[in-house]
Amino acid sequence: MKRRDFVQYAGLGAGALMMPSLLLGKDIPTEALLEPGMDALIKKNMADVALNTAKSLGATYADARIGRYLNQYVFTREDKVQNVVNTESFGIGIRVIANGTWGFASTNSVTADGIKKATEQAVAIAKANSKIQKEPVKLAPVNAYGEVSWKTPIKKDFKEVPVSEKVDLLLSANAAALENGADYVNSALFMINEQKYFASTDGSYIDQDIHRLWPTFRVTAIDKSAGTFKTRENMSAPVGMGYEYMDGLESEKLEGPAGLRLYRNSYDMVEDATVAAKQAKEKLTAKSVDAGKYDLVLEPNHLGLTIHESVGHPLELDRVLGYEANYAGTSFASLDKLKSGNFKYGSDVVNLVADKTQVGSLGAVGYDDEGVKTKKWDLVRNGILTNFQAIRDQVHMIDQNESHGCCYAQSWDDVQFQRMPNVSLEPGKDKYSISEMIKDVEKGIYIAGRGSYSIDQQRYNFQFGGTVFYEIKNGEIVGMLEDVAYQSNTQEFWNSCVKICDESDYRLFGTFFDGKGQPSQSSAVSHGSSTARFNDVNVINTGRSI
Amino acid sequence: MAIYTKEEARKILEKALSFSKADACEINLSGYNSGNIRYARNTVSTSGFSSNQSLAVQSSFGKKSGTATIDEFDDASLEKVVRRAEELANLSPENPEFMEPLGPQMYDESITYSESTANITPEYRAEVSSKSIVPADAKDVTAAGFLNDSAGFSAMINSKGLFAYNQSTDLEFTVTMRTNDGTGSGWVSRDFNDVSKFDADEAAMTAIDKAILSKEAKAIEPGKYTVILEPAASADLLRNMFRSLDARSADEGRSFMSAADGKNKLGQKIVDERVSIYSDPLNTEVPTSTWNGEGQPLKKTSWIENGVVKNLAYDRFWAKEKGVEPVPFPSNAIMAGGDASLEELIKSTKKGILVTRLWYIRSVDPQTLLYTGLTRDGTFYIENGEIKYPVKNFRFNESPIIMLNNLETLGKQVRIDGNLIPYMKIRDFTFTSLSDAV
Repeated sequence: MKRRDFVQYAGLGAGALMMPSLLLGKDIPTEALLEPGMDALIKKNMADVALNTAKSLGATYADARIGRYLNQYVFTREDKVQNVVNTESFGIGIRVIANGTWGFASTNSVTADGIKKATEQAVAIAKANSKIQKEPVKLAPVNAYGEVSWKTPIKKDFKEVPVSEKVDLLLSANAAALENGADYVNSALFMINEQKYFASTDGSYIDQDIHRLWPTFRVTAIDKSAGTFKTRENMSAPVGMGYEYMDGLESEKLEGPAGLRLYRNSYDMVEDATVAAKQAKEKLTAKSVDAGKYDLVLEPNHLGLTIHESVGHPLELDRVLGYEANYAGTSFASLDKLKSGNFKYGSDVVNLVADKTQVGSLGAVGYDDEGVKTKKWDLVRNGILTNFQAIRDQVHMIDQNESHGCCYAQSWDDVQFQRMPNVSLEPGKDKYSISEMIKDVEKGIYIAGRGSYSIDQQRYNFQFGGTVFYEIKNGEIVGMLEDVAYQSNTQEFWNSCVKICDESDYRLFGTFFDGKGQPSQSSAVSHGSSTARFNDVNVINTGRSI
Repeated sequence: MAIYTKEEARKILEKALSFSKADACEINLSGYNSGNIRYARNTVSTSGFSSNQSLAVQSSFGKKSGTATIDEFDDASLEKVVRRAEELANLSPENPEFMEPLGPQMYDESITYSESTANITPEYRAEVSSKSIVPADAKDVTAAGFLNDSAGFSAMINSKGLFAYNQSTDLEFTVTMRTNDGTGSGWVSRDFNDVSKFDADEAAMTAIDKAILSKEAKAIEPGKYTVILEPAASADLLRNMFRSLDARSADEGRSFMSAADGKNKLGQKIVDERVSIYSDPLNTEVPTSTWNGEGQPLKKTSWIENGVVKNLAYDRFWAKEKGVEPVPFPSNAIMAGGDASLEELIKSTKKGILVTRLWYIRSVDPQTLLYTGLTRDGTFYIENGEIKYPVKNFRFNESPIIMLNNLETLGKQVRIDGNLIPYMKIRDFTFTSLSDAV
């Protein structure tokens, strides 16, 4: 598989602005994934070279991140293995404040000499740019944690699972899809291990071992005589878990409407591929939707992307302040709306939380990339906007004195900046199932899985598609629909939320490829929710002929 | 890091190849220096410099291949990386689509390198930022911009006698100017291989003027409008269409280029007969490397001529399957334009919308190549040949195929993201809702 093909494949359905940079790194043999890497004591000594050099050159603050990134990707198509890729990337990134201005440099030469040179470069950049800096950088205080460590709580390390087992699983899923009517099927496993060491002049030395996993596929059904095709993607989520996610536990399965199978903390890829193939064929003859107002019942693997775009991004303080104005944009959720204390972001049942500690999520870490211990906090409570997402050099601008701990860099050679934590919709308090939700709807559409997504540069007007759509009439599913997309604006949409299923339906959506910044960086993030209902949403018909 | 000359690169590659014991071996060597500055809120935010080089060896025994990379180029390291690639090849499964490396090829000399771009300094980057920030401050506007420059090389060799080398430089600049009352926004994008063509003052003033002109936009009803698309607005839609010109997807029935009964649309007229799109690595405005990553020569190639699909991209495997010559994917897109300036296009428009750029474009339906997205940073209502007032941004749902069938007028070409795209006037462009975003 060529890089262009990989990028196209990896971009499929991801809640992202731009392309991934996951393939950065050197190809290595599979067994090299198990090599332990640099000892923590040596990393501490190397980090101290950076911190001491920075201080000797006049920096008032410095941090060093020594990163080792081990990735494995397995790609298959029908009955063929397209590629198995193992990569390693290792180096150090040094960030300083000198003359009140940030400077950053990185090197893959993790030696005393290499680190010293990179630190000198970071300080020189800070000093050169301080001439056009208007106000000195102001950092919120942070505790010195000393020498601490954190690890994603995994049960099965992907690096210890034989490649043959992974290949067998993907080919089994492909075979199931082909046997059930698919004409083509692509499948892949993305496996990530970030071994990150952070040290700063504040007195922390933090060693973290982070794991992420993403199984995915796309099946295609074709009507050759008509020259038409339809696709159906997986119902899995990328997760902050080990390979145990692939166990397909019955206890973690949920029954969706019309034979749909949904998954919580464990994924049955072969079963999902089987259902997907049947649904892809069904889509070829599904009824084209009549445009109009519908009550929408949105499944969590679909709603996650809507949360990502209409809540996660607009509540990033760097966007609110204008730092992303030239690229990802700004935000309608301005500072005055927060300060008012009564901005109605959603209806009373809407509670949205940011959480960097959520087990199984992509964004879970013990400490962020500037040494702040992670936490959970409210963004919207009972429909009212209550907070943003901020990092150390921003919180003073919203009259707060503690970072929210959501600073992240995609690699050791990229500068860290504010990234979205896991942002999730809290489940409803009363016991309420998917079937009960549908039973309440007179004219509506049930939408599952992610699809097309687009939102304006202030995160207001949006349009979303989905993977599968079912028409609801008088409390019952009456058939599959196609050509469905809904349009709304953020505030109207969240204020139209009338009901949310309880905790038993709660699931995580996620993306590996949330893009932001210049040069652009990717980060991985999850969004949890239970199935929720939104009344009177505008649905358009996207069918065209060319 | 040094940008290796052709002879320096050849020496390293030949040495590495001399260690190969595989049936076939292909080695790529590349490196770059890249610097950037980012600013927002009329002050600098981040800035950095990166440099890297890498050598990748692909060794093959029969249809089994392995790849290994390294960034040290002494003899022992080169031998080590070749051995590792061979070990991996022996462990790998057979690839039924494996293609033998190409033999020696003839390449045109590329024109992608400019010494002046390679010599850009941190001071120059700060000066470009200042040229945005100072005039923005003076006009009650806030600047947010990004400048990235790079110089690099790539080279490859293989066991069949192929050798290729290219040096290139690039500069990319964008700036968004937002009026301080929050009601206006303007933007420009500039990119060049040669920095001497870049005028930072002109770019900044264009964005500032547009921001001020777009203040206090009025809402008008969404619907079908005649639009004048600036090249930055249409480029993304056209690029998405271009990326879909893959023969294999078309033949397999999963592309907008697929036709009934298992055929593809090669040779069919799919858009207005005035539309002609080609690629040319030696175009002096948008030069690219004259070979691709597989060592295939890149030549001037027509893709759509007078509205008819002239070529689809065939990779080497699919070309063999279909019994045709391979056609490599293009590295730039050049759409033939007309003589009309933007001013002339506006003057000839009775009622219409001028669009600066489109944003967050995503595929809605690959079957019809339908995309959605929004206008951004300067959208204006035209009446009787004049810009009357700024209008609020729209969401669109449109296919570039439908758009190019609704062509009214082609204007002058402009370089955008390494491509040459003309201004275009299009009738019945579909806006489906309004956005309050500025």
